[in-house]
Amino acid sequence: MPASPHQPPAALRAQVKDLYKQLLYMGREYPNGGIDYFKPKLKAAFLKKRTMSDPAEIEAALKQGDYIKKELEALWFLRKYRHVKQNYYDPKD
Amino acid sequence: MSLNRILVPVKRVIDYAVKVRVTGGKIDTNVKHSMNPFDEIAVEQAVRMREGKQVKEVIAMTVGPTKSLETLRTALAMGADRAIHVETPEGTEILPLQVAKLIRAVAEKEKPEVVILGKQAIDDDSSQTGQMLAGLLGWSQATFANKIAVAGDKLTVDREVDGGLETISTKLPTIITTDLRLNEPRYATLPNIMKAKKKKVDKFTPADLKVDIKGSIETIKIEEPAKRSGGKKVASVDELIDKLKNEAKVL
Repeated sequence: MPASPHQPPAALRAQVKDLYKQLLYMGREYPNGGIDYFKPKLKAAFLKKRTMSDPAEIEAALKQGDYIKKELEALWFLRKYRHVKQNYYDPKD
Repeated sequence: MSLNRILVPVKRVIDYAVKVRVTGGKIDTNVKHSMNPFDEIAVEQAVRMREGKQVKEVIAMTVGPTKSLETLRTALAMGADRAIHVETPEGTEILPLQVAKLIRAVAEKEKPEVVILGKQAIDDDSSQTGQMLAGLLGWSQATFANKIAVAGDKLTVDREVDGGLETISTKLPTIITTDLRLNEPRYATLPNIMKAKKKKVDKFTPADLKVDIKGSIETIKIEEPAKRSGGKKVASVDELIDKLKNEAKVL
């Protein structure tokens, strides 16, 4: 892919790549088909914002990414907790 | 007083979200695996105690094939300080008694004051390893822990029992098995998994530990549970009664 004309500052670029890698890793635990479902969506979400060049705007997008990371972690925990609870504990308690 | 060491044995199991399939009389193991959820709770508990300065070192260990290293990495990423891998041949199932003997051998080497394990593994659901280990070592045990507190040279443990909680005080050294509500395990993030690769993992074979891993139980047959047959619609009351009488034979 040719370099985008809107290259963000190098430090932010590294952060964005890092976020992508982390989200991609977390996507393996995603319900509804796991990584096969998650990866195209993740890629599309990042591609949609590829023309962003204002550092403030990029920072805001990174923050949103962090938020999504937290959401995925919560999803990971709750899904497992509920599964184990349903399978091993009396539904009454 | 702070403890010197906690040992946390963990097991690599088929992931909870995977539907287990039996093909040709064998369980299909070519699927996603992860750490046993109850063991995750055990690792979290040990790591929290380390963070709260109640213990100096947390050692994770596992008994299993080469691939189990991945599970140890998860434990290290969650915060365990180092790990021990007792490597067994791929495809051999190690029964709880043999696992308990291997853990005993490691415990005698490392001399932890506390061993924290999951109450059961979600694959064989034996719920035996912790109890057998306590028996073999002659240590006290607090099973199905809901809450753990260090009180001097004793531990106060709330246990989940039928219809409530039981609070017991145990002398050290002790074995604890974790229940679901003990804590909420943290997520092993990618950066932490990467950092975990630098942590030390010692490898042993069962022969190094002088333990015979041959079990005394033989698996005769593995089968999937019977498939549920679909329901039927009936058009009238007469047909229903007829079917109940002649097909279901309940009338």
